[in-house]
Amino acid sequence: MAEVEETLKRIQSHKGVIGTVVVNAEGIPIRTTLDNSTTVQYAGLLHQLTMKAKSTVRDIDPQNDLTFLRIRSKKHEIMVAPDKEYLLIVIQNPCE
Amino acid sequence: STEDMEPVNMESMGHPEIYPLVLTTKTQEIFNCRIDEDVTDEQPYKLINKVDIFEDLRNRAAVSDFHPVKKIVQEYPGNELLLVYDKDFKYGLNFYLIGTEEGKENYLNPPEVPEEQEEYKEHIPEDVYVYKPPVSKPWVSLGSEKEIEEESVMESTKQITYMISQKRSEFGAPVKFSDQNASSVKDAYIECTAYPDKNFTLKQLEKDVSMQVIPQIKDTSTQTEWTYPKNATTQYYPREFSEEEKETLKQSKPLVDFLNNASISVEIALQQNEIMNTFIDDWKYLAEEEGTFGDKTDTHLKEYQSFTDLHSPTEKMITCVSWHPTIYGLIAVSVAVRLSFEDRVYFSGKLLLQPSLILFWSFSDPIHPQLMLESPDDIFCFKFCPSDPNIIAGGCINGQIVLWDITAHADRIENIKAGDSRSKKATLKPMFLLEPESNTEAMYIRHCAVSSIESGHKKVITDIHWLSDTFEINRMGSVFENRSGICCQLVTCSADCTICFWDIRPQKPLTPQTTEKKKEESIEIPFDVPSTFLHLDLSWKPLSKIRLSKGETSLDYCPTRISLNEDHLLYKTEDKTLTQSKIVKTGEMNPYHNLESGMANLLKPIDDFCTKFFVGTEDGEVIYTDWKMKKDSETGRLMPKKPVSIHTIHDGTVHTVQRSPFYNDIILTVGGWNMAIWKEGVMTGPLLQSCCAPKMYTSGHWSLTRPGVFYIGREDGYIDIWDLLEKTHEPAQSQNICITMITYIKPWIFSAKQQFIAIADYYGTLRILEIPWTLSRPSTNEMTSVNHYFEREVKHLEYVEQRKNIREQEKKEMELEMEKKKIKTYQKSKEQMEAELKMDYESYLELEKTVLINLGLLKVTEKGSYMDVV
Repeated sequence: MAEVEETLKRIQSHKGVIGTVVVNAEGIPIRTTLDNSTTVQYAGLLHQLTMKAKSTVRDIDPQNDLTFLRIRSKKHEIMVAPDKEYLLIVIQNPCE
Repeated sequence: STEDMEPVNMESMGHPEIYPLVLTTKTQEIFNCRIDEDVTDEQPYKLINKVDIFEDLRNRAAVSDFHPVKKIVQEYPGNELLLVYDKDFKYGLNFYLIGTEEGKENYLNPPEVPEEQEEYKEHIPEDVYVYKPPVSKPWVSLGSEKEIEEESVMESTKQITYMISQKRSEFGAPVKFSDQNASSVKDAYIECTAYPDKNFTLKQLEKDVSMQVIPQIKDTSTQTEWTYPKNATTQYYPREFSEEEKETLKQSKPLVDFLNNASISVEIALQQNEIMNTFIDDWKYLAEEEGTFGDKTDTHLKEYQSFTDLHSPTEKMITCVSWHPTIYGLIAVSVAVRLSFEDRVYFSGKLLLQPSLILFWSFSDPIHPQLMLESPDDIFCFKFCPSDPNIIAGGCINGQIVLWDITAHADRIENIKAGDSRSKKATLKPMFLLEPESNTEAMYIRHCAVSSIESGHKKVITDIHWLSDTFEINRMGSVFENRSGICCQLVTCSADCTICFWDIRPQKPLTPQTTEKKKEESIEIPFDVPSTFLHLDLSWKPLSKIRLSKGETSLDYCPTRISLNEDHLLYKTEDKTLTQSKIVKTGEMNPYHNLESGMANLLKPIDDFCTKFFVGTEDGEVIYTDWKMKKDSETGRLMPKKPVSIHTIHDGTVHTVQRSPFYNDIILTVGGWNMAIWKEGVMTGPLLQSCCAPKMYTSGHWSLTRPGVFYIGREDGYIDIWDLLEKTHEPAQSQNICITMITYIKPWIFSAKQQFIAIADYYGTLRILEIPWTLSRPSTNEMTSVNHYFEREVKHLEYVEQRKNIREQEKKEMELEMEKKKIKTYQKSKEQMEAELKMDYESYLELEKTVLINLGLLKVTEKGSYMDVV
């Protein structure tokens, strides 16, 4: 559907965005703008990390849930938006 | 019973007749021998009758004190017994009885022998010892024989003797011995077997034992199966969706919903990052460069050293200064005689005898120059060859170019710093004692080659530059790739209004020269001059000549300084390593000795090469022109192109035209009483032009490390330091250096922390000053700030241009309007004018009425004429 493409294109066109990956619940990438090996790497690692973060939040307060995960590193920032079935990963190089 | 007891006598003490006694008080009373009453010290004895003693004995029996000595009393021969009071307890008891008559007599009448002996002793003088042989005396037993008896071993029983003998018949018969076991025969032997005697067994009651506390240790061991490490690999591939699956998933509604929801938060996050970097460390970015070296407030140039040539007979001035590109602390100056043209002509005879020199000064020796390069006449400008610092090219006052090759002396100047003891000694002497002959260290080095007098410049060469080793040009001015890889071409400009390009490589002569002519013209060259440029000597012709003509008039521009596009590369000392790698190492073939090597290659043209350059003239003009020649269609000759732009900015000779070391297209020109900064490509005018200074500017130079700083020397010996980021209308600071005109400024970087500036003055003194930290260290973002400044100025210029146009436009419109108006008024007729005047008058009356009403001087209701004003 064009809507999906449009949304992803909009996100990709933001300043500094390096890549976008959509991953399903099992960690298999569905849509990506990066090359294959990088996509697989990001998908696998971030999927595990998101699961861990989610379980951490749930353990502390069972009524709480993870809504957004941002990892800031020296070179870029990785943003993960989790959902029941899917995972949206965006990598951005913040200003300068 | 007690009566059997023997009385104890003092036999042991040598008085057997004395029998000690204890007499109780009762007994003392009975016998009238009470102590201290009857028996005193003077008379310590008492004679007691035997009968009385017997009586006492009968009365008191065992109780009586005399009981122990009863026997003695009974056996006493006499009647009276002597009882003596033993006050000192000499014999153990308080009384004693003398048991014999002799004893009694002795006691009562002591013998006089001891008295005689005492008297005899007194008569002997003390010094003389008279030997008295021992007199035998009867042995007095003191009881020792008893002890001996006790100790001696005596046989208690008599010894038994056995005598065993053979039968007489067996005497002398042979003896027969045989063995016999002792245990077999009964009673053959008697033995004393050992047996444990309980009397002698010791029971140990005490034992020394020591103890130590240790932790409890338990030793256990097990045996396990050892598994050895094995290499194992796993190969996997990630799970992926196929394209169709991906497509179907893309269409699915959950994905769409998810993306719609997720993208909102994602976009917020993305925008946050775009707006601001929240993780920035403000503190870290606030600070400037860490660790300033030296005082930050110190902004003055500090004097480091100064050099003056003391041996020159006439007064000289310094015309040009150049630091040695590679050797630390070596600087070369060219000196010229300080005379005007007329004086030169007048003293030309004397001047011929003095050599014109380029002096090499080293930091280690401020009095003696290290090298002296000789030239035919005064040098006004010179440059080290960038590819080989041992080649120096200089421009003479007579229009010749002079070349030196100091390769032979290179090691001398390189090792100056290695402590020359001789020079040190020489400096200790005061100056007037130094003789010129002692200056044997500095050597005169003759020039290698000079250019041809006829075909070169006719007047003083004002500027000389080496062309970069990346390109070369031909007669037409077209640019090609450099075939030799070294700097081999020069450009000079001279007061005869020409700019010449020269090539140091041997050129094929245009007109074939006969060998005979060559022989005639050959001149003896001294043996110590290197033959590097022998092919050029006196026959060197320029490659091309450009005349800066002012058009139809015969007057031409007289260039004083030129600045080519590639010049800034030669100033950049940060690329020192790069240039050093290009510079020839000893041992390798010096390309300058083999200049023909590259000529065989084909010329490869370079496209898009900027052949334009800036020229500063004697009259204060800055010309931007092209060196490429074009062929004149009419005459067929090569003609120089017309200058692109000419600006007259300065009021005097332009003596500095220099590109900034940081920006290739920013040029500084200094001349007359002001200075200007230009940008190449902006033809409308300078970016910055200073107002007239009170004193004339005589030299200038960009700073090598700070993009916005440059130095300008004045005629009164002051140096103005300009900082474009601080002030643009006047210098940031001014410092007095010397008393006379500054002729040349040349800064140089030695290290990140040490920067020097060489300032030469009119009186021939070269001063080396150290540039303080503040002036040498660029602040953060200085380059970008200066960049912005220049861009702003460019925009300003453009704006000014535009405004000019707009103003022009406006002016034209205004004039048009004026014209139109004039036409209009001219057409009005007389009647119209009268009608108009009347109308004006009536409107005026109305105006007057309303004003008076407003003032209250005229009532509104009144309908009177204005004449009835109250």
